[in-house]
Amino acid sequence: MGPETLESLQKQAIAEVLEAYPEKAKKNRAKHLGTDNPEGVKGSCDTTRSNKQTVPGVMSQRGCAYAGSKGVVWGPIKDMIHISHGPIGCGQYSRGGRRNYYIGTTGIDTFVTMNFSTDFNEKDIVFGGDKKLKKALEEIDELFPLNNGISIQSECPIGLIGDDIQAVAKVHKKETGHQTVAVSCEGFRGVSQSLGHHIANDMIRDHVMPDTSHRKDFESTPYDVAIIGDYNIGGDAWSTRLILEEMGLRVIAQWSGDATYKELAIAPKAKLNLLHCYRSMNYISRHMEQEFGIPWMEYNFFGPTKTTESLRKIASFFDEKIQEQTEKVIAKYTAMTDAVIAKFRPMLEGKKVMLYVGGLRPRHVIGAYEDLGMEVIGTGYEFGHGDDYKRTKEDLGRSTLIYDDANEYELEEFVKKLRPDLVAAGVKEKYVFQKMGLPFRQMHSWDYSGPYHGYDAFAIFAKDMDLAMNSPVWNHTKAPWDKEVEGA
Amino acid sequence: MQDLDNIVNGQKLFLKPEYQEVLKNKKEFEGSMGAINPAKVEEIQKWTESWDYREKNLAREAITVNPAKACQPLGAVMVALGFENTMPYVHGSHGCVAYFRTYFTRHFKEPTPCVSDSMSESAAVFGGLANMKDGLRNCNALYKPEMIAVSTTCMAEVIGDDLGAFIIGAKDEAEGELDNVLIPNAHTPSFVGSHITGYDNMMKSILEQVSTEKTTVDEERINIIPGFEPYLGSLKEIKKISKMFGDKIVMIGDHEEQWDTGAGEYKLYAGGTKIEDLKGSINAKATISLQKYSSIATAKTIKNKWKQTYETCNPIGLSGTDAFVMKLAELTGKEIPEELKQQRARLVDAMQDSYPYMHGKKIAIWGDPDFLLGMVSFLVEMGAIPTHVVCHNAPRKNWEAEMRAILDKSNRSDECNIWPGKDLWALRSLLFTEPVDFMIGNVYGKELYRDTKTPLIRIGFPIFDRHHLHRYSMSGYEGGINLLTWITNGILDQLDEETKDIAETDYFFDSVR
Ligand code: SF4
Ligand code: SF4
Repeated sequence: MGPETLESLQKQAIAEVLEAYPEKAKKNRAKHLGTDNPEGVKGSCDTTRSNKQTVPGVMSQRGCAYAGSKGVVWGPIKDMIHISHGPIGCGQYSRGGRRNYYIGTTGIDTFVTMNFSTDFNEKDIVFGGDKKLKKALEEIDELFPLNNGISIQSECPIGLIGDDIQAVAKVHKKETGHQTVAVSCEGFRGVSQSLGHHIANDMIRDHVMPDTSHRKDFESTPYDVAIIGDYNIGGDAWSTRLILEEMGLRVIAQWSGDATYKELAIAPKAKLNLLHCYRSMNYISRHMEQEFGIPWMEYNFFGPTKTTESLRKIASFFDEKIQEQTEKVIAKYTAMTDAVIAKFRPMLEGKKVMLYVGGLRPRHVIGAYEDLGMEVIGTGYEFGHGDDYKRTKEDLGRSTLIYDDANEYELEEFVKKLRPDLVAAGVKEKYVFQKMGLPFRQMHSWDYSGPYHGYDAFAIFAKDMDLAMNSPVWNHTKAPWDKEVEGA
Repeated sequence: MQDLDNIVNGQKLFLKPEYQEVLKNKKEFEGSMGAINPAKVEEIQKWTESWDYREKNLAREAITVNPAKACQPLGAVMVALGFENTMPYVHGSHGCVAYFRTYFTRHFKEPTPCVSDSMSESAAVFGGLANMKDGLRNCNALYKPEMIAVSTTCMAEVIGDDLGAFIIGAKDEAEGELDNVLIPNAHTPSFVGSHITGYDNMMKSILEQVSTEKTTVDEERINIIPGFEPYLGSLKEIKKISKMFGDKIVMIGDHEEQWDTGAGEYKLYAGGTKIEDLKGSINAKATISLQKYSSIATAKTIKNKWKQTYETCNPIGLSGTDAFVMKLAELTGKEIPEELKQQRARLVDAMQDSYPYMHGKKIAIWGDPDFLLGMVSFLVEMGAIPTHVVCHNAPRKNWEAEMRAILDKSNRSDECNIWPGKDLWALRSLLFTEPVDFMIGNVYGKELYRDTKTPLIRIGFPIFDRHHLHRYSMSGYEGGINLLTWITNGILDQLDEETKDIAETDYFFDSVR
């Protein structure tokens, strides 16, 4: 398929998809859908509308601000307790689903996979929940004495009933001397989880960054870096850390997968902030730059091409010693990743992929697929902003369908029309496409595998993609008595 | 580094020495007690196992830790998916809906259709009418449902949106597009009750709002309301049993097929109670609810408004199924079919084959109120001792007394404790201070297993970490055999585990049990 036909097919798909909508919604959605090319003129990456209200009445794949704050940014900080403040549901549905790996004794000195809820009842809604919250904080300190702080994650009702959780947190902090942070991340704020990231970052800025207790006696080295925006899904940050340490750097903080409160507090001691998920933590990186003069740099650890590129970029911030060491690291691992490519590429070459994820992945994982000879023909963000789309352009390999805040109807139609060989998105979509006989990988949770960051991780990624694409199970869909030509 | 011939994922990758080194190095920067002072962790760990901790833990009033319940709209979504061509529509934020869909999808390993009207800040200020107007129209245009079942999130409830009026308003402005769609609606405030309350509210609303034309009573027609039933096999078996008593015994809210479609093509809607059958519910001779406490409000509609015979049965285990079968026989005036008699005999035979393993075993169990009534009844029938019965969403009225009456059938009733309103962190203390042999419960028992080493037999909802269990039945006589199989083999697996040490315990590692 030449680039022209691919692009016209994509354009045609958009036109057809829009037909089903009533006029108002159609006009709205048209602005979120488009195509773009790696070279030349401005395309969808420059112009797409994003970070806007979701059209009502569709199956959006978006989450809420609470999900962005509690689920993404705060929740993985392992030695703090994060209260889901409000009714029982939000905390229960988001319990233990994200695979933010950590080491610790759960329930004693670490708490990530647990669910703490103030379990609002009608009385709390009517009369306010501040008293209950205060009591909850006290009970937590009594029963979980090794917690290194508490965060209060507001669910929808809190902001609507006029509770003053900031005041409650302040009092508790004063009384106990323990870090207590109230985060007003009610789910109705903003249009997606994205605002939740921002609000969460702001609270780190206001409450954690000013806390100098841990950095007072911290002894810095010229090679100190912090990993920002890695949630250690399936251990991603650990496989990242390994490489950085082999380069001769010292990772002093890991935000926020497997993070401890102390690591957040000492991050301003880093010489360079390494930002993986730009979307969720660019705010705090900018703040640290302004406030503490720490430069930050985006990097991409998916697939050897991008990893190597990133390593060289990181090394360029440091002296020759680091740069030399980095080349050694690259040489050492490239031998392995070349072998991985030699092994898996023949089985995956030319296979078409459609992505739909959040954060950094809609662009960052493209390189990893292309390293395996796979071709990404569609990608989009659940909650991206204009700057995400702009950054996507350079990762494109060919004409690519771009969809912002795509809903299930659109994804289904796009897939039917463009016929990719693999769909990589979230759990809500997984079984829809598998039923259509399409191999699918969850790209939020790494489908219970991973890590996918770094060189060792690329071998896992390659193996997983091969597993998905080449499993014999996809051949069984058609019954032997079924004579029709498939796809006719 | 990865070995090309044996590429391993995180499970084994991080055990390699270079990664162990990385994890060790990281501790230098960590502030958690495990990194600073592991002895202290051990000390607190020990303390959490004590009676002292238990007392403080059970006295908690404000913080819930590791709950065993969910919120109302989840149940409402399940009800909606039990009707033909019906789209669950949640008036509120899409964040909640993303959670409901994910939760069900992880349990069933199936897609879960459900839309929301994406209310946000402006809706918080001005109300969600505009969202409803656009939302219903878009939903109708894209998904072409016959019925849209509207429930609410806590946000919509707090701002006080009036669903009935909103829907009328939306229909008025839809240029006729919504004229042929049924749009029943229910308020499902998540700060009241739990997911079973939401089930109840939505079921009641659909029945009241759609089944409105009372004509003459159809003497052969019986409605069966399954309740919040995560076991699709149970729905299938109940329908099979019902069929033996007549063709007009109809399950109302039958979500079996929706979460069990085959490979080959994706269908948005699958199966479900036919809208015609739903409409006729009011004219049935009787309605049987299989989950009394998931249909308290629904019962009132049926009894008081419809003036229909309303019965509750709980066909889990032997006596529960007996009662259900006899109720069907009574209502239909039919003999109990030979096939069922044989099924019963087979279950009893199996119980008599396996009883030594369950007998006298102490069991901790948690789950929804009706699930527990059925399961505990079965455990007692087998001679097991339900030592801790934890019901986080226990109804305030009657439930505890009903559970006590079941436990009193055991000759070790005094060893059995009921814990209404308690969460799973409370259960952790109970397990440390008054240990049991086995736990029966959902995926959240996994951490209790890790912490207390009490083996977990997975029966309940949700179960995310084992596959296909929900496809089986746990109701009826055949479901009874499944329960017996799962529990007995769980016990035998544990027996092998405990007797597998070479030259130590393996004299008891028998090939025949
Ligand atoms: S916001 Fe309310 S309705 Fe939504 S998940 Fe949370 S508790 Fe349930
Ligand atoms: S939208 Fe509100 S109620 Fe729903 S999950 Fe998010 S915080 Fe909870």
